[in-house]
Amino acid sequence: MKAGMKLTGSEILIECLKREGVKHLFGYPGGVVLNIFDMLYDDKDIKLILTRHEQGAVHAADGYARATGKPGVVLVTSGPGATNTVTGIATASMDSVPLVVITGQVPTMLIGNDAFQEADIVGITRPCTKHNFLVKDVNDLAVVVKEAFHIAVTGRPGPVLIDLPKDVTVGKTDFVWPEKVGLPGYKPKLEGNKWMINQAAHMIEKARKPVIVAGGGVIISGAYKELRELAEHTQVPVTTTLMGIGGFPETNKLSLGMPGMHGTYYANKAIQESDLLIALGMRFDDRVTGKTDSFAPTASIIHIDIDPTSIRKNVRVDIPIVGDVKRVLTVLNKTLKTDVKAQWGQVRKAWLKQIDDWKKERPLTYTKSEATIKPQFVVEKIYELTKGDAIITTEVGQNQMWAAQFYKYDVPRSFITSGGLGTMGFGFPAAIGAQLAFPDKLVIDIAGDGSIQMNIQELATAVLNKLPVKVVILNNGFLGMVRQWQELFYSERYSYSRLDVVPDFVKVAEAYGAAGLRATKPSEVEDVLKEGLFKIKKTVFMDFSVDWKEKVYPMVPSGAPIDHMLFEEDEVKEEKKKRLKVVK
Amino acid sequence: MRHTITLLVENKFGVLSRISGLFSGRGYNIESLSVGEEIDPEYSQMTIVTSGDDLIIEQITKQLNKLVDVIKVTDVTEFEHVEREMIIIKVTPKPEKKTEVLNLAGIFRGRVVDSSENTYTIEVTGDEKKIEAFIGLMKPMGIKDLVRTGKVAILREGYKQ
Ligand SMILES: Cc1ncc(C[n+]2csc(CCOP(=O)(O)OP(=O)(O)O)c2C)c(N)n1
Ligand SMILES: [Mg+2]
Repeated sequence: MKAGMKLTGSEILIECLKREGVKHLFGYPGGVVLNIFDMLYDDKDIKLILTRHEQGAVHAADGYARATGKPGVVLVTSGPGATNTVTGIATASMDSVPLVVITGQVPTMLIGNDAFQEADIVGITRPCTKHNFLVKDVNDLAVVVKEAFHIAVTGRPGPVLIDLPKDVTVGKTDFVWPEKVGLPGYKPKLEGNKWMINQAAHMIEKARKPVIVAGGGVIISGAYKELRELAEHTQVPVTTTLMGIGGFPETNKLSLGMPGMHGTYYANKAIQESDLLIALGMRFDDRVTGKTDSFAPTASIIHIDIDPTSIRKNVRVDIPIVGDVKRVLTVLNKTLKTDVKAQWGQVRKAWLKQIDDWKKERPLTYTKSEATIKPQFVVEKIYELTKGDAIITTEVGQNQMWAAQFYKYDVPRSFITSGGLGTMGFGFPAAIGAQLAFPDKLVIDIAGDGSIQMNIQELATAVLNKLPVKVVILNNGFLGMVRQWQELFYSERYSYSRLDVVPDFVKVAEAYGAAGLRATKPSEVEDVLKEGLFKIKKTVFMDFSVDWKEKVYPMVPSGAPIDHMLFEEDEVKEEKKKRLKVVK
Repeated sequence: MRHTITLLVENKFGVLSRISGLFSGRGYNIESLSVGEEIDPEYSQMTIVTSGDDLIIEQITKQLNKLVDVIKVTDVTEFEHVEREMIIIKVTPKPEKKTEVLNLAGIFRGRVVDSSENTYTIEVTGDEKKIEAFIGLMKPMGIKDLVRTGKVAILREGYKQ
């Protein structure tokens, strides 16, 4: 690029993306973005991954972002291209994933005219983006791109959308790369209040039954090491929410696994009986708290989160600390080491013993079978065979919960799932994005037969780009999670939850040029996994016909206190009926 | 409880819908909202009157603060401040009540800005109590039309946070 030369909007956009370090775009072309696509035709630094649906493009960018921590970037056309991104954007927004989504728009003079393929995407996405822009003047473009990336990745990350009218992509101006961002109204608070942190340290010292509840913020802020130091130094057990999975090693003896609706008995018990909750980068989602009035009734709460609106939104908090989890924990750990002299091992002995008893009393289990494939068994086998060295993505439903329960995650960014929005169809494109970021890693989508069909067209994307994503389909012939609720709460009236027609996934995979494998008996599971995960070096669908009657346990009925759990062993007992009645 | 919140925002397209969308999307209500340019036309000043318990008001101010285009949020309810609203009211008094209307307007320091054979259009400015009182007095006179600006508010000098 020569100095003093005027550039078109498309050239400026590409140049800005390069300066932001973008190597991959996920997208789909159309009329108003053709000038930008034309620039990409022979660009050597940026490669566009052509998905088969714009939703797939956003989820792929999202998977890329969750796997790397870097922003995922999407480029699509106006109108239907733009509206197809909405589910993906909402998914990323709920889980605080940094994305920059660039949508083409009809020329500025046609905006508001109901022009061909016009959609008010800025209006549509206003509530599900962290921020969005309509660029009306090519002179603003570089500043907007810079601000978009800045907003997407800083503070509590999130998706940012840039709507780019066609005339702006051809308009010419001098390219000026802004060195700094202005944004007077945007100043995320990173450092926690020192006095509050000090108070927190003393509360931890005084607590006899403390629990750490770690959420996605631990992973986003990179506080893995700091969390471990806090937990191990002060001997506090850690439960990781669905979004926090991988933020603390599940093989550590202080790990309690996941809390909440399908959480472990011991995590929920520990929370309910605790005298101090240390909530880190989590937002007390209703799937975690159950009935909020009876959540952690005897605990004081320290809440550390970068987003002030997350604090005191749905539970009372004693020590609110707004700040970046990693930075706050660094100070907290230091304070605990210098200002607090406690015999931690001694102080915590009784509490850790209690937790150990709960772990023994009701571990996560399922009934093994020689006759039918248990979905939990497939997940356990995946863990056993990979030894945890893989990136697991999930779809939504029972498959997602079993993937969370029966695999042990020890490192951040090894578990990628749509938590807040619970988007079926997320896992496969997300796996494609993660695989693109880590070509040599084993990337496995643990899927349901319903969910996989929501973005199954992305088989083409995976095959074309030689991305050896492994899809494990826990095929129960049902929208299993829906069926589970219908069985438990709607007298087994399976209203429209049986899929009736499930395609032959092996043939579907083969039709796209991927490999397909099937297991129908427990004895075949290991062989199919070994073949699919390790021998076959391309995209694979592994179809496991699993026991359709299987349910996810423990389960806290929606709206009940979290220690009000149903267990598989209750199925035979009158106990279950009693517990269900209390809820209804 | 009712709160009056003032906002300094970037004078950019879409800001108003971001703010009103935040209220509607989260189920908060807006009793009144007024917007005008600041001295520097790059910024606008807004006054929003809303209501809710302490936790809701806390959420509202935090959520407003979170918006990228919002630079400053002040819940002036907590501080010494001045609030004003203007109304323009068109009344149709019976002939024998005309003088009374004019007298009342005078007492409220209102101004008659238009009149016709059987209407007076009166402008009155004041705080909520005064405005409500004036409307109350005009009711029996026959109100044909009434428009109000919504409140604007500013902190008293020397009482800043
Ligand atoms: C896009 C979308 N539509 C509907 C739902 C509601 N839903 C949650 S789980 C589920 C069933 C998922 O079925 P499947 O993928 O087969 O998973 P399973 O529960 O059987 O493992 C449905 C319909 C959803 N989460 N996402
Ligand atoms: Mg299913």
